[in-house]
Amino acid sequence: MAEANDLEQVFENKIDAEEKIEPKDWMPEGYRKNLIRQMSQHAHSEVIGMQPEGNWLTRAPTLERKSVLLAKIQDEAGHGLYLYSATETLGITREEIVQALHDGRAKYASIFNYPSLTWADIGAIGWLVDGAAIVNQVALQRTSYGPYARAMVRICKEESFHQRQGYESIAVLARGSAQQKAMAQDALNRWWWPSLMMFGPHDADSAHSAQSMLWKIKRKSNDELRQSFVDQTVSQAEIIDLEIPDPDLKWNEQRQHFDFGEIDWDEFKQVINGNGLCNRERLAQHKKAHANGAWVRDAVAAYVKGKTGESGE
Amino acid sequence: MGDKKLDDQIAEYALRLGDDALVFGQRLCEWCADAPTLEEDIAISNVGLDYLGRARMALQYAGKTLGRTEDELAFLRDSGEFRNLLLVELPRGDFAFSMVRQYLLDEFELLFFTQLCGSKDDTLGAIAAKTVKEVRYHQRRSANWMQRLGLGTQESQARTQAAIDQLWGYMPELFEMDELETSLLQAGIAVDRLELHSKWLNTVTAQLASANLQIPQIDWQVVGGRKGVHTEHLGHMLGEMQFLQRAYPGLQW
Ligand SMILES: [Fe+2]
Ligand SMILES: [Fe+2]
Repeated sequence: MAEANDLEQVFENKIDAEEKIEPKDWMPEGYRKNLIRQMSQHAHSEVIGMQPEGNWLTRAPTLERKSVLLAKIQDEAGHGLYLYSATETLGITREEIVQALHDGRAKYASIFNYPSLTWADIGAIGWLVDGAAIVNQVALQRTSYGPYARAMVRICKEESFHQRQGYESIAVLARGSAQQKAMAQDALNRWWWPSLMMFGPHDADSAHSAQSMLWKIKRKSNDELRQSFVDQTVSQAEIIDLEIPDPDLKWNEQRQHFDFGEIDWDEFKQVINGNGLCNRERLAQHKKAHANGAWVRDAVAAYVKGKTGESGE
Repeated sequence: MGDKKLDDQIAEYALRLGDDALVFGQRLCEWCADAPTLEEDIAISNVGLDYLGRARMALQYAGKTLGRTEDELAFLRDSGEFRNLLLVELPRGDFAFSMVRQYLLDEFELLFFTQLCGSKDDTLGAIAAKTVKEVRYHQRRSANWMQRLGLGTQESQARTQAAIDQLWGYMPELFEMDELETSLLQAGIAVDRLELHSKWLNTVTAQLASANLQIPQIDWQVVGGRKGVHTEHLGHMLGEMQFLQRAYPGLQW
């Protein structure tokens, strides 16, 4: 058996050499914990994110939009499932991961604590929320933990599809009647800042960032990612003639980036800490579905047990 | 050229099939983010997408003759104009109720669409051919659930049996032939629903019995959907489903 120091050295060497850490490899406990926290939060976000979109599924305005939305939400469920499996490779069960969500120990993306109030929100969520998620996830394709990196490669393909569909959907409204255009602008007004908040606090204020960067779990800082998102989204808003609700937004020739206004960090903290419009509903819905499904899961377990008992194995 | 009366009849027939699929697809949407497991959420969405796809094909076809788009048919008719079976409009209930309904319908649809593949109407035949492939998968899944729920726990068995008892009186409508369908049957276009009954009953009875579930002896049955006489539930469903098209008429989405 190698000494603990040697194991740590092997781990560090792999990180330095851009080699992936795999489930069977030795890893520091902090690395494992950090990954479980980030990956389960990511998985929960996919799953909780189904709710604001599901809110319009039964009210989608055309059969085609309804089908597209159902398929999109189904993809998100698939992402959640895939990420739960990837997290389980770290030696934690799905029940434990879900329990942590129900206990409030695990988080999900705070943006899903905002309500989806009109049909335009469905376009805005695809365009902005999936758009921001992609920026984040593209960087994570190079994350140091193998199963997480591979999950991101697979998921990113679908996310960019979602982003295009969302953009196309809100673009139709922006080109539509005065009411539809107002609906689209209102959705952008409400979802813009929360989308920027999705990247987390400024680098200097981010609790887990420094260590995550060293371990190459995170590959780009919160502020870098946020900047890329703003840079790519401004022209998209211009094309469909919607106005980003930020008077400080302007092109900075010197930086070759857009400058933008300061995020309302008080709102950010308020919503994270439970004062968003939907915090309680989102968690309550997840718990309710889980509790209502208990007898079904019990039935499956009993059935499987009966089957294996029968065959005498 | 064509036979105007026959075209109208075929459109009405397609409308029935489209409404069955649309209303049932809408009910399946209600499980989104509410299923017993994430895996099941995904599976229900899969089935729901099949129904929505089928609804669109059938309503587009009906709409060609009726001069209306699929969305006009879906979003701008009131409940009295809907032609779906009552079975599919019932509230989704618990997982047992939804899965029993799915199972009973799947066994029926497997027989029905297999027959419809041979329709003299090419479009209906093509819709049926696509649908049969999907229904085979649906039926495997729902029959499997009958086993798991019937042979699972006491609670799952009781819930599933209760669902069968509640749903049984809606089954006769699946096998009802009226003037329209009889006439289309004679033209080689429609399926003989009556003929499917004994095979369906045998399959369902055997499958359920193997899962410790019984066909109930009941003395009630409810029909009316094909004539536009519905339960009170459909109006509420339409109120929700049609909200945007009603509140903002005549727009592109
Ligand atoms: Fe996703
Ligand atoms: Fe997505």
